Amino acid sequence: MIWELFFAPFAEFGFMRRALLGCIAVSVGATPVGVFLMLRNMSLTGDAMAHAILPGAALGYLVSGLSLGAMTIGGLIAGMVVALASGFVARITALREDASLAAFYLISLALGVLIVSTRGSNVDLMHVLFGTVLALDNAALILLCSFASISLIVLAIFFRPLVLECADPQFLRSVSGLSAVTHFTFLALVVLNLVAGFHALGTLMAVGIMILPAAAARFWAASIGGLVSAAALIAILSSLTGLLLSFHYSLPSGPAIILVAGIAYGLSIICGPVGGVIAQHLPRQQQLET
Amino acid sequence: MTAALSFENLTLGYDQTPAVQELEAEIPDGSLTAIVGPNGAGKSTLLKGVTGALSPLEGRIQIGGVEREDIAYLPQQSEIDRSFPITVVDIVSMGLWREVGAFATLGRGHRKRVQTALAAVGLTGFERRTIGSLSGGQMQRALFARLLLQDAKLVLLDEPFTAIDAKTMADLLGIIRRWHDEGRTVLAVLHDDITVRTHFPETLMLARQLVAHGPTEQVLTSENQFRARQMCEACADTPHSCGKSAA
Repeated sequence: MIWELFFAPFAEFGFMRRALLGCIAVSVGATPVGVFLMLRNMSLTGDAMAHAILPGAALGYLVSGLSLGAMTIGGLIAGMVVALASGFVARITALREDASLAAFYLISLALGVLIVSTRGSNVDLMHVLFGTVLALDNAALILLCSFASISLIVLAIFFRPLVLECADPQFLRSVSGLSAVTHFTFLALVVLNLVAGFHALGTLMAVGIMILPAAAARFWAASIGGLVSAAALIAILSSLTGLLLSFHYSLPSGPAIILVAGIAYGLSIICGPVGGVIAQHLPRQQQLET
Repeated sequence: MTAALSFENLTLGYDQTPAVQELEAEIPDGSLTAIVGPNGAGKSTLLKGVTGALSPLEGRIQIGGVEREDIAYLPQQSEIDRSFPITVVDIVSMGLWREVGAFATLGRGHRKRVQTALAAVGLTGFERRTIGSLSGGQMQRALFARLLLQDAKLVLLDEPFTAIDAKTMADLLGIIRRWHDEGRTVLAVLHDDITVRTHFPETLMLARQLVAHGPTEQVLTSENQFRARQMCEACADTPHSCGKSAA
């Protein structure tokens, strides 16, 4: 029974094993970035960037069909252009970065939908929007794992400036010229992980695996290390559960994974020991005793 | 005595609207100077100009023998995100940035100095606390510990004692005294006359333009304070025309 429910799908079907590996790679790579997005009050930036990469991916598709390389490069370029352009406008004019980002991603999204509709059939659009986690080939898996590794390494190198850029940006600017570099490196990591994520989960669902586990982790840990670990663990467990649900009940796997992450978020709000609803209403006996 | 800072016909402001006008003054090396003046007199603006965050509209600021990195600055309303999960020891350690940089690890010697700085501000035992759990006074102590580690020749403090308990204020004044004894140049924007009279030998009074600068007992007179208020009120009525003609 337990074997059939939890292990047989992965033991018997290669595509399930590939899907799981792909999801784990995306989970490990994207969640730390999601934690920093959340800590910087930039959670919606992830969503905006996910929309921004659509025209690049669509253009890649237009040029060379459902090609991994072309769509990846297209997505990366579109994401970087939007990130740099909005950052640039925010630095030289009075317009704040969130407003200029919103403007650029909307332009980008409209362009993307236009490109997709000129040629692709609806099936292709569904591929780009909702991903193909059950059809990941070797090249796609290598890409997902490489992007996750690059993301973790860059994050490790830029950890100190990034923490300071989040916690005390004024101080970072006063001691170092790295503030702008750090900010754009971070946005580049967001784009990188979203592009990796859209191969597995689609452009829309990729943000989910980045943000939902991070938001849920906030109720389980108080330190940055704890937040990142908790978020990655929640993302991996959600991927596993979501894939199994989609296997047993024939559900689309991307939305299934994100919905499970959503349920994890809901449970965390209620049960999480750090500021969860129950924790807040418990009588503070421990403190009285000590 | 050489000047740590000289303001030469300095005009600073935002959107072409001057907040500090035609300031001529020299801050001697190793001096302990209070900057006083009514609200809107341009005191904070002046410090921002010294840090380089604000470029002069006219004139210039000469910084004698001190690199930009040798300036430590404690802003009035720090942009610190108190909800960010960073520990006291981590935020204080950032004071070593000039030595350690963005990527190197902290050695044993560095850690020891962080401990010493924490002890100096009375925060031993708070290392593992997150900054969100500190009181206003404790947070200010932590920021002073970070300033200690910055080991700067020129220290700029913008209203460091706002909303701070008396005990903390006394301790932090002790640290300012120590900086003065070590020959560092300290500039502090302050509101409380008693603090200025008791602890700051030099005072620069500002009301967009210079009112007076020199030994505190000669500057901090009721006559000067009255004049400063009048000058600021005149400016507030006609923000664009408070140049030389109005003065």
